[in-house]
Amino acid sequence: MITAERKPFDEIYAMTEGHDKVLVAGCDTCVAICLTGGEKEAEILASEISIKAKEEGRELTVEHTAAIRQCEWEYLDMIADEVDQAPLVLSMGCGIGIQSMAEKFAPKQVMPAVNTNMLGMPQEHAVWLERCAACGECVIGETAGICPVVRCSKSLMNGPCGGSHAGLCEVVGPEGEETECAWALIWERLKAQGREELMFANRPPKNWSKSSSGGPRKMVREEAKPT
Amino acid sequence: MSKPVEDITMTVEEGAPAVDPEELLPANEDFEPEIIVFACHYCAYAAADLAGSMRLQYPTNVRMIKLPCTGKLEVIHVLKAFEAGVDGVYAAGCLEGECHYLKGNLWARKRLGHVKTLLEELGMDPRRVEMFNMSSAMGARFAETARGFTERIRRLGPNPVRPRDGFDPVEFVRARMGDAAISDDAQDEIAAIVEEGLKR
Repeated sequence: MITAERKPFDEIYAMTEGHDKVLVAGCDTCVAICLTGGEKEAEILASEISIKAKEEGRELTVEHTAAIRQCEWEYLDMIADEVDQAPLVLSMGCGIGIQSMAEKFAPKQVMPAVNTNMLGMPQEHAVWLERCAACGECVIGETAGICPVVRCSKSLMNGPCGGSHAGLCEVVGPEGEETECAWALIWERLKAQGREELMFANRPPKNWSKSSSGGPRKMVREEAKPT
Repeated sequence: MSKPVEDITMTVEEGAPAVDPEELLPANEDFEPEIIVFACHYCAYAAADLAGSMRLQYPTNVRMIKLPCTGKLEVIHVLKAFEAGVDGVYAAGCLEGECHYLKGNLWARKRLGHVKTLLEELGMDPRRVEMFNMSSAMGARFAETARGFTERIRRLGPNPVRPRDGFDPVEFVRARMGDAAISDDAQDEIAAIVEEGLKR
């Protein structure tokens, strides 16, 4: 699923400058499941903004709402009245939701209250790990179900590199957390599957034009279009 | 021979002290803070009752909202209290490991910890929020916590958000919580159901 993190409060609050009414719009799909931007979180942010404005003696009306899914026109219709009445919308949807709202309600000012960060897997309650880069050409059939694009720090197609030691990558996280070497994981699982020979196959350079490097992508399913 | 209740309650220490005098400003005696305690039905509420029976004094600044468990408390309830102009909020739940619903009090501690970070973001002192633990036998601890927390808030000064004139922030929060809090009406209904059950 798509995950996102709320922006720092000061950055969000600065967006409200010069306005006397704002609407905080949550999205009850992916960002609600990652506990960042659902209706509950939208109400919390609205309350925080309201407290800050009152502290400053500023007249600011803060409302909140949530769309079932911000990235679909039909669900945006359901919150259209609330959006109409607010000169500024702070969207807590992912980048797709925010852009959908900005397009649907143009030229209304729709600002992002979250940073969309990854396509993640909930590994345990309240922990998400990046698992897909949406690169447009999946290779995990050859790599034992482990994505080298997103889980190898260098996105190597023929790993591991010299920075792999005892199953760990030389790259450490911002707080010193260890990263598993994707290619060590791939090797272990290929062995368990009896498919070690795939480790020695030579994979040609990846065609990144199918990823975001090829410009904005578009998917059309002619057979599914309404007649 | 059983120990007098007073002895037991006075020897048990749980959680942070309600007031850390050395870090805070001198108390402003003219300031009467408005404080909400979210009290668990199984412990703090009964402890408050006991404090009453023991004729222990505690400040009237502390007003109670009764919950079926402190685990029912949500971040938004506490924020709404501050938005409405309340000066301090604490939750009083069961001793850790003794929650009637197993982990409700641990969730409350985590949620109030999150509220502390939100208050910091807003430039407010996180000590306006605290979690305390007590058993239903700790009438003295209930009274001492209420006194200590009131003293702490007196020293921290008023919430920069002031309630509107004639507006009762505690009643507002209670109403806003709806079924999450146990209202007086609900309490009468529960008592009637229990009584009915006992007759059978």
